[in-house]
This record gives sequence, C-alpha cells and structure tokens, in this order.
Amino acid sequence: MNLVDIIFYFFALITLVSAAITVYSRNIIYSAFSLLFTFFGVAGIYVLLNADFIAVAQILIYVGGILMLLVFGVMLTHKVINVEIKTGILNVVPGSIITAIIGGTLCGVFVVTDWFIVEGVPPIKSTTTEIGTMFMTKYLLPFEIASVVLLVALIGAAYIARRDKSKNQSA
Amino acid sequence: MNFTLTDIPLNYYLGLSATLFSIGIVGVLTRRNAIIVFICIEMMLNSVNLTLVAFSAFLGNPTGQILVFFVMAVAAAEAAVGLAIIIAMFRNKMTVNIDEINIMKW
Repeated sequence: MNLVDIIFYFFALITLVSAAITVYSRNIIYSAFSLLFTFFGVAGIYVLLNADFIAVAQILIYVGGILMLLVFGVMLTHKVINVEIKTGILNVVPGSIITAIIGGTLCGVFVVTDWFIVEGVPPIKSTTTEIGTMFMTKYLLPFEIASVVLLVALIGAAYIARRDKSKNQSA
Repeated sequence: MNFTLTDIPLNYYLGLSATLFSIGIVGVLTRRNAIIVFICIEMMLNSVNLTLVAFSAFLGNPTGQILVFFVMAVAAAEAAVGLAIIIAMFRNKMTVNIDEINIMKW
C-alpha cells in the first residue's frame, strides 16, 4: 500500500462519511457543513486524478458559491428563534429499495463493462492550458452559451426571490 | 515524486462515484426538507463529475473536464434558481416541507 493508495482511501473515506452525515443528519446546518467536507474530498480526488483546474474550480464554485447559497437558503427559510430546523425522514423502505436497484445497476455496469483505457498514459502535467485552448477554439460556442445561461439564471433567481412590492402595498 | 494513474484501478473511482450517487438518491427519496433534497441533488451532480474526471484521466484526454466545467456552470445556475424558488415558496406557505407543498397536485 503506497502513498497514492493511502491518499485515495483517505479522501474517499472523507467524501463518503460526510455525504452520509449530510443525508442522515437531522439538523440542516450540520448537513450543509458536512457537505463542505464532501466537496473537499471530491476535490482531493480530482487532484489525485491530475485534474488541477477542475479541483480548484470545484472549491471555488461549489464551496465558495453553491454552499454559501445553500447556507443562506437555510437561514432564510427557518425561523431562527423558534428552532424549526429539524426534519423528518419518510419513505425509508421504498427509498431503500429504489436506491439498492439504482446503485446495484450502476456498480454492476461499472464492473461488467470492459472500459477502453489507454495504457501507459503519460502523466498530464497541467490540464489548465489544454482546457483553456479548447474553450477558446473547439468549444467556444458552448462556453459563450454557458455564460448566457448563468446570466439568465441569476436574473431569474433575483426576480423570483424578490419581494413582490405590489402585493405588499395592497395588503 | 512520480504519480502514475494505474496505481488505483478505474473501477475504484467509479465505485466511489456510484456510492456517492446512491447516497444522494437516498437523500432525495427519504428526506422531506426541500433544502436537503437540494443538497443531495448537488451531491449527485458532483458524483457524476467525478465519473467524468476519472474517465478523462484514464483516457489521457482532457475533453471530459470541459464537460465537467459545463456541469458546474449548470449546477451553479440550478442552485441559484432552485434556492430562489424555495425562498419564494417559503414566503408564501411558510414551510419547506415537500409534503405540505402540494398546490400543484390534484
């Protein structure tokens, strides 16, 4: 068992344990914060896979952006004073059955399929340059469309979450 | 230090990703808080990203990481819009329990 194995198992353990805490914790704040460790664990595995750009983007976008949004969502949708922050669990048996079916199918497909793997791939030094080149050449149109999608989504989110002023005045 | 990818087989990464996806499915199906369901959807998107990066690395081709970037962009948009919807719903019905939000059900 060399160093790479130890690093892989370490990050995999962090990811899975914190994901389980996220799902099963009855306190939403605990869920949101253990999701942080899930994202960090996945980012560590990205680094192990030589995907440095994606790892940094994972930390910036998920931890810096999405997790902050989620924490704001938790704070805005719960009355802080009368702590209505605990949530229940339902549909355990059908949920477990469906999960077992889907997870078993995924694992079965992953094990059975003979994946096309290039043997002796030279370790990629840094993918950032190649990704930037591809964004500016082959994938320029999807890149621009993604920016438009983000702009539209943010305007729409601000519009939906805004207080309706006309309704407040009439009420 | 020279890391080589073949130290850990591809199936380990795929198994980790499948487990993470299954945990997300459990959360979506069994929790009744809309924000927890939302968190679990983000987790499932993350596990799919992990699969894409693993395939990309084992293929020696960074095109898969471009796809991961687009998934991240869409996930960010989805997080913003979804949380806005949840907040608007909370303002109208004062709850985020998905059992009580049934006005579109007949």
